[in-house]
Formats: sequence, C-alpha cells, structure tokens
Amino acid sequence: MTRLRAVILGALGIVLLGVLWEAYKALGPAAGFEAFGIQLLPRTSDLAMPHLIDMLDRALSPVNTAADSQPVWLTVTLACLSSLGTAAVGLAVGAVVGFGLALLMLRFRIAESAVLPWLILSQTVPLIALAPVIVSWGGRVHIGEFEWQRWMSVAVIASYLAFFPVAVGALRGLQSPLAAQVELMHSFAAGWWRTVLHLRLPASVPYLIPAVRLGAASAIIGTVVAEVSTGAKGGIGRLIIEYAQSGSSDPAKAFSPIAGAVLMGLATAGVVALVALTLGRFRSNEVPA
Amino acid sequence: MTAVQVTGVTKTFTTKAGLVTALDDVDLTVEKGEFVSLIGPSGCGKSTLLRLIADLDTPTSGVIEVFGKSARQARLDQDYGIAFQTAGLLPWRSVAANIELPLQLHGVDRVGRRQRVAQLIELVGLGDFARSFPEQLSGGMQQRVAIARSLAERPELLLMDEPFGALDEMTRERMQSELVRISAETGAAVIFVTHSIPEAVFLSDRVVVMSPRPGRIRKVIDVKLGDARGEGLREESAFFASVTEVREALHGAPATGTARGVDTR
Ligand SMILES: Nc1ncnc2c1ncn2[C@@H]1O[C@H](COP(=O)(O)OP(=O)(O)OP(=O)(O)O)[C@@H](O)[C@H]1O
Ligand SMILES: [Mg+2]
Repeated sequence: MTRLRAVILGALGIVLLGVLWEAYKALGPAAGFEAFGIQLLPRTSDLAMPHLIDMLDRALSPVNTAADSQPVWLTVTLACLSSLGTAAVGLAVGAVVGFGLALLMLRFRIAESAVLPWLILSQTVPLIALAPVIVSWGGRVHIGEFEWQRWMSVAVIASYLAFFPVAVGALRGLQSPLAAQVELMHSFAAGWWRTVLHLRLPASVPYLIPAVRLGAASAIIGTVVAEVSTGAKGGIGRLIIEYAQSGSSDPAKAFSPIAGAVLMGLATAGVVALVALTLGRFRSNEVPA
Repeated sequence: MTAVQVTGVTKTFTTKAGLVTALDDVDLTVEKGEFVSLIGPSGCGKSTLLRLIADLDTPTSGVIEVFGKSARQARLDQDYGIAFQTAGLLPWRSVAANIELPLQLHGVDRVGRRQRVAQLIELVGLGDFARSFPEQLSGGMQQRVAIARSLAERPELLLMDEPFGALDEMTRERMQSELVRISAETGAAVIFVTHSIPEAVFLSDRVVVMSPRPGRIRKVIDVKLGDARGEGLREESAFFASVTEVREALHGAPATGTARGVDTR
C-alpha cells in the first residue's frame, strides 16, 4: 500500500512540475526577471522554454532532414543504453573498491582513521578537474593487444563517485552487529572471515541497499558529466551537448536527452529496488538512507 | 575430573570513574556433570565470572582451567555451549538455521546438521517452528532456540547467564524442568546465573552465593534434593529449607528483608 502511494505521489510530482512549467511560461514576464545584471528567472520565450507538447513532438520526429534519420527518441534511448553500460561498469568497480575499503577499515582500526579522511577529501575534488587527468592517463595504457578506450575513462570517473557511498554504507553495516552477536561468534571460535561471512555481511545488507542506490545514482551522474567533459562518443552526455548546440534553431530538441538522462536514473533506482526485493529476509531492520 | 577450575581470579575494569574490582580472588571448582548456580545482588560479578570462563574476557590475575585446558583452548575446542540473557538470534536465519549455526561453522556436513537440528528442535519442543523466523517467536520461544543452539555441539559444559530472566513465571518453571531434564540427559556440567533463589535451589547441586564490591564468593551451599527433581519438589520442606539457607547467606544473617536486586520468587 505504501509502495502504491509512493508511485502516485511521484507521478503527481512530475505532473506538478509540468504544470508549473507551462504556468510560468504563460504568466511569467516575457523578459524573465533580472536584478543587478543577473538573470534570476528565465525568459518565457519559446526559445528558452519550449512548450511541453513541442518537446514531445520533437522527440517523436527524426533527428535531422537526412532520409535515413532515426527518430530522436530512438537515438536518445540508444545513447542512454550505452551510458548505462558504462555506468554499470563504473558502479561495479566502485562497489567492489568501496566494499574492499570498508573491509580494510573494519579489519584495521588504524586504517579507519587513516583512510576515512582521504575518502571524504577525495569526494571534494571537482569531477571536471579530474576528467582530463584520467583521460590522459588512460591514453598511456597499452598492454599488448589491449587499448584503453575513452569509455573506460568515463567508467573510472563514474566509479570514483560510486565507491564513496558504498564504502561508507558498507562500513556502517559491517560494524552494525551488537557486541553480544560478535561475542557469540567469538564463543563459536569463528575467525574474522567467518564472522564477516556469517554475521557482518548479512547484517550489513540493510545498509548496503541504500548505499548502492546512492552509488548507482552517483555513477550515472558521473558518467554523464564525464561524457560531457571528456567528449566520449556514443553516450547521452555527448548527445546533451550536441543537441544543446542546435539550440537556437531547434530549442525543443535539447530536452529529449535531458529527459532521457532523468529516466535512466529512475530506471536504475528501479533495478536496485528489484534486486533489494530478493534480499527480503535480510532487511527486517532496514535503516533509512 | 573437574569441568571448571577457577583459582585466585581477580578481574578489574578501568573506567572513567576509576578502578572497578568486579571479581576479587575468586576460587571455584565445578565437577563434571554438576549443576552450579551463581546468585548474588546486581553487580557482584556473576556475568563477569561466566565471561571469563567462556574466554570472552581475560582475568586480570589468576588462572581458569576448563577440562584441564586453558579457557582459550577450551573455547577453540568448543568444549562449552553458551546462552546469554538475551537470546541473541540472528534475525535473518530461521529457527533451524540459527540452531545450525555452530555446526555449520565447524564444518559438520549437511546431513549431520539436519539430523542434529531435528533432534534439538524436538528437545526444546519447537517442532512446529523450525522454519519460523525469530521475530515470529515469543521471547520464551526465542530463549529455547538459544538453548538448543548452545546444546548443538553436545558440550560437556553449559554456561547460562539468566537465560530465563525475560520469561513469565509459568514458562519459566516449565523451562526449568526442561533444563533439569536436558542436563540429566546430556550429563553436561552447568554454570547457571540467576537472580531467583527458588530457581537456583530447584536446579542446582550447589548454589554459589556472591557479594558485591568487590565481587567475592560469600558461601557455597550444597542442595541435597536428590536426582528426582519433579514438579512436586517445589512443595517439599527440603526445598524450602534450602531456599531459606540461600536467603540467609545472601543477607549475611538470618533473613529479615530481601536483598537488593534479588527476588525471592
Ligand atoms: N566492560 C566493563 N567495563 C567496566 N566495568 C564493568 C564491565 N563489565 C562489568 N563491569 C563492572 O563489573 C561489576 C560486575 O559486573 P557484572 O556484569 O559481572 O555483574 P552481575 O553480577 O552480572 O550483575 P547483574 O546481576 O546485574 O547482571 C559491575 O560493577 C560492573 O559495573
Ligand atoms: Mg549479569
């Protein structure tokens, strides 16, 4: 029942957003609102704020005038799938690294105080600054037949964002068992690994699920931003830039890849939620994210 | 042969408020198959003593031997089973899987595990609940699961810290009878912490009365009620004589009131 309510509320939110958009477009000042030379509210012209119906119409029509041109929605969907693949690789790498770091911090108390500040610091490095560095490092990787691809750099950047919430959530989860439960394992003469396997890991599931959800969202944002800033081809980030550049002549087109990116994020959250459902019995004490 | 030999054990804790002497020069011997209760006011070191025997903590000084070995070796050899005041079940495991846990950890094969778990579930009378999860059980049923789990490896020593503390009076008396039966059947030595004088007397061969600050053994009382501990025993005069003896030992003089932290149920 609560799930149904969440869906309805979510749908209502989207409708409300659309209504606000059209209402502002109809009623707002044509030149927007400017103060101290800064544009605070956008212009309401069709150029700045196309009608929703125009965006939809644009999404359904071909990308350009070429005879074999695909419809915009198909191009956007394919680009989204490509980005999703990259983000999934990034998330997988990030989750493994994040969980590994959490295990390390769990095992060695010193590691926790030594590593944790660096983890937090790592997240303050702006992504835009990082992207070119990683691309240029990647460019130097040649191992036999293996050639570093641009999308791999993008995946690395995505994993850079994704590992953090996983590491923090996993550490909290692994440390969540009560002293009495840990002592019980001790009384069974279970070593560190077995305690992790039979007690700490299952106990961490309620913490891992929101952590992975957050990590997945971060991986997608990282992927899109990295695609924009590295110019990697094939992904949704590239499409956002490309379509935005045709903005003055075709303003409604630019909103298709943006909508695509949003839907991609929602789909990912849905997939994580589905996976979480299969872990039902570990979730009796789930903690809110 | 002795099951547990505690010699000159002292345990101090360093706290913010200063040094706390939880146990001061404690000596205790528990023979094989013997049922010994620890009773005393809150904070007299009962749990601490049990934890030291279980090697969940180490004494500040003194020696603890379990079946002639160090406490640590006995723990590694799984010579004891332990049940705490709270059942401490893993919520994601079913009743059967919770009981199975120690067997699984020690590499008992699947068939062996299933047989043993079926026996244990029968033993504690939870036959219909093997597949239930802990949250679906009452406190008393959870406690029985914990007891079954402590028996899984057929230990020759059972350590129990107020296992019936959270139970209602009726369940409690039934569990006491079951425990008497189980300990007789398995021949295990039991060290049993309780706050209830009748419970201690009903269950035990010997009752160890402790006093706090610092934690010491004040008196050890032999309860000679014989082996036939039926329900009728609770009505017998020998039973009441022992209850009175324990109560007087707790107060350090003939009883006038009730010692703090000890109920006389
Ligand atoms: N980990 C610890 N750190 C500091 N002090 C402790 C610790 N464990 C026990 N103590 C102290 O040792 C003393 C004995 O504690 P213990 O838990 O053994 O008492 P107890 O007899 O089991 O009491 P109760 O009947 O209330 O369970 C208490 O004064 C307690 O404050
Ligand atoms: Mg205690």
